[in-house]
Amino acid sequence: MSEQSTPKTYRSIGTSPVRPDGIDKVTGRANYGADRHLPGMLHGKTLRSPHAHARIRSIDVSEAEKLPGVMAVVTGADFPHLQSAMEEAGESQIDVWDLARNVMARDKVLYHGHAVAAVAATSDAIAEAALAKIRVDYEVLTPVMDIEAAMADNAPLLHEEMRTQGLPAAADRASNVATVIKLARGDLAAGFAAADVVIEREFSTPTVHQGYIEPHAVVADCRENGQATLWCCTQGPFVVRTLTSKVLNWDVSRIKVIPSEIGGGFGAKTTVYQEPVAIMLSLKSGRPVKMVMNREEVFRATGPTSASRIRIKLGANRAGKIMAAEAELKYEAGAFKGSPVMPGCMCVFVSYEMQSFSITGYDVVVNKPKVAAYRAPGAPMAAFAMESMIDEMAHKLAIDPIQFRLDNAVREGSQAVYGPKFPAIGFEACLKQAESHPHYRAPLGANQGRGVAAGFWFNVGMQSSATVNVQEDGSAIVITASPDIGGSRASMALMASEELGIPYERINALVGDTETAGYCDVTGGSRTTFATGMAVIQASKDVIRQMRERAAKVWNVEIDQVSWVDGAAVPAAEVAAEKDLKPLSFAELARNAAHTGGPIAGRASLMAQGAGAGFGVHLCDVEVDPETGKVDIIRYTVIQDAGKAIHPAYVEGQLQGGAVQGIGWALNEEYVYNAQGVMENPAFLDYRMPVALDLPMIDAVIVEVPNPSHPYGVRGVGETPIVPPLGAVANAVHDATQVRFCHLPLNPPRVLAGLQAAGA
Amino acid sequence: MKMAKQHVSTTINGEAIEFLCEPQQSLLEVLRDELGLTGTKEGCATGDCGACSVQLNGRLICSCLMLGVEAQGQQIGTIEGIAKPHELHPIQQKFLEHAALQCGICTPGYIVATKALLEQNPDPTEQEVRYWLSGNLCRCTGYDKIVRAVLDAAAELKGATP
Repeated sequence: MSEQSTPKTYRSIGTSPVRPDGIDKVTGRANYGADRHLPGMLHGKTLRSPHAHARIRSIDVSEAEKLPGVMAVVTGADFPHLQSAMEEAGESQIDVWDLARNVMARDKVLYHGHAVAAVAATSDAIAEAALAKIRVDYEVLTPVMDIEAAMADNAPLLHEEMRTQGLPAAADRASNVATVIKLARGDLAAGFAAADVVIEREFSTPTVHQGYIEPHAVVADCRENGQATLWCCTQGPFVVRTLTSKVLNWDVSRIKVIPSEIGGGFGAKTTVYQEPVAIMLSLKSGRPVKMVMNREEVFRATGPTSASRIRIKLGANRAGKIMAAEAELKYEAGAFKGSPVMPGCMCVFVSYEMQSFSITGYDVVVNKPKVAAYRAPGAPMAAFAMESMIDEMAHKLAIDPIQFRLDNAVREGSQAVYGPKFPAIGFEACLKQAESHPHYRAPLGANQGRGVAAGFWFNVGMQSSATVNVQEDGSAIVITASPDIGGSRASMALMASEELGIPYERINALVGDTETAGYCDVTGGSRTTFATGMAVIQASKDVIRQMRERAAKVWNVEIDQVSWVDGAAVPAAEVAAEKDLKPLSFAELARNAAHTGGPIAGRASLMAQGAGAGFGVHLCDVEVDPETGKVDIIRYTVIQDAGKAIHPAYVEGQLQGGAVQGIGWALNEEYVYNAQGVMENPAFLDYRMPVALDLPMIDAVIVEVPNPSHPYGVRGVGETPIVPPLGAVANAVHDATQVRFCHLPLNPPRVLAGLQAAGA
Repeated sequence: MKMAKQHVSTTINGEAIEFLCEPQQSLLEVLRDELGLTGTKEGCATGDCGACSVQLNGRLICSCLMLGVEAQGQQIGTIEGIAKPHELHPIQQKFLEHAALQCGICTPGYIVATKALLEQNPDPTEQEVRYWLSGNLCRCTGYDKIVRAVLDAAAELKGATP
């Protein structure tokens, strides 16, 4: 094993101090997206399509423009015509042609709520009144609302030009299937022939939303010289700058993006919706323009993640070894291509060793909002299907479900389904923790059941930059452009403290903007503590190098005769004795910087390599009311490999919060559509997310199998915890009722119907 | 279309305040847009998420469901009035110590709701805390650390009461 596996002692990382931005966030001082106010600011509002699928014959804005107080009106005609081109967006890629048409419809509207025009006026009320005066002539088309309808022969087409990519031969006609993906290894037929037990089932999951509490908000201010400033809530100011500039066909240097505090994102704030529109309205009116979505707009026109249909066939032998597996995954992309079916395909069998498998994925467009990233995009649905199959197979083979997983688990050296061999990973360690956890042996009462499920996420590295500015009072300021969505300022300050050897309290960590901070990719992909943290570590090392140089200069010795120990420059023993030198502390070197060569600032910019895969195992106990079908979560344990927890309390928070989002997905959350393709539950009252009363305490167990590619062993932690709950809950419901539920959500009507159908 | 603004005299965080507002503006809109008290957040504007929680004469309400003009003669308490100068309220301190916030957008609403709870029930059970806070949505934490922070704040406040 590598040296990282030897436990190290740390002074700062691994502790859970109060976050640097804490006071601002408990006193109401912290400014979020909608909290910005500028003098002369106008209110922007969006006119949205009342149809799920229609052709726009014409738009007449003349009456709206005449209304007193209306300062600008824009439609798709105000935006440049773009060629199709893939652009990096957060963790995934987006076609700028699609993005531009999602921001503002051109020839067609493709979902109920699709933006068709926008108004800037001196008040909200005037802007609303102006929207009512815009006349849009629609030719209403048949909406295509699910995968079956979209893939049917002669299905109405969303995009008349779209040809399926990924087929062996070029497609000869247009289709709603954007892409077909194929992953395979080994001899599938031989594998199934060698299996003693073969199970095949089909699963489905509904459209669900990320459900952040803060609606999207932006203020745009265009200057007379053509420069624009955006304040917005985003997971990545640089990605907002890139995508907004693409939609407008501007140079990125015309736009400055200042990220506000962000009230949740879970992946969905890695793209743009209102930002280019607000700039266009500001440009036309010559005034700052603020656009804030209401909750209904958030549901109808942002996020969500894909509804899915997944079929799996699994074969195992009597000894409990998986022999072959086949999967077909169909994910809804919403109105434009780009569902997370590729990661779904890469994840569906990723936790288990198998000699032969075949995976086929379909990216399917339907008349729903274009999906956005949602925490481990594509993985929870795939894991729901596979972990249900694993549970059923373990039962059929009469093997304990954790033991069956241990018998087939990927470990260091296993070849991942998607190609490379795993370095050190913590799946086995998590399974063993689960097996020995008191929860796993605790007695269950009547109508109660226990489920186990595992989950995986890749985690990513990508680009990050950091600056560490040393202040003359011996403190330091860490600046990155990674928005703090769950305590990352604390992680950055802890890592700088660890490296510099000065107390955490002497470090402030800030989030900069696109002009004052170096480039950072989004806070997403569970990458911030890993990758931006790596930049902070390197920038801190840069400070240390400069401080050693200063000490060497003061002492008139060579730099390699100066080491850095516990926050001080220390002379080598021989020169210390010879010249009678005492160590120079960080504070002393900081105070004297002006006399030893000027200010000290460390910098690092990098493309982080070696993100460590994250595995987790969840234990879930439920009680099912046989009369109503209501499922209550009565005990829940999350076990996950964090590599190294920098701030354990916020790691636990990620584990707990991700689990509860997954529980909501499993039990209640879904977009309910009517026959016209209109979502009928676009409010928190009817889109039922978990509340405090729905849940027990969530026990979080942090396992630490260090990532060999990181100085402290850090893996990402944010996404993995949403992957297992769908399967864990369904497996627990099966244990309680002996009924296998394959279609989410497990709300009371569905569970009751399932119990009645089974004669239970 | 434009109606005359109404004059309202009220008390916010113990301070006599006068403001002008349109008759249809909610108290939330008045606090945020007219008075600059943006600590109170809008998550839904339909009374479902609790991000806009304030106290009306001590009672917990959603400020998005009350008109600004209805504040006439009332006592309003917002997140901005909870800390003392140079000292956080114990509820605020416990939310920080327990890492009971991640993104923090729901936090002002939780702190106001918790204050209202502990004023009427200084010694709540875990179940009572969960019931009371079910009008507030948090999407980040899974509620575990929020519930712990509230129970710890209750214990501390109880201990502090002579």
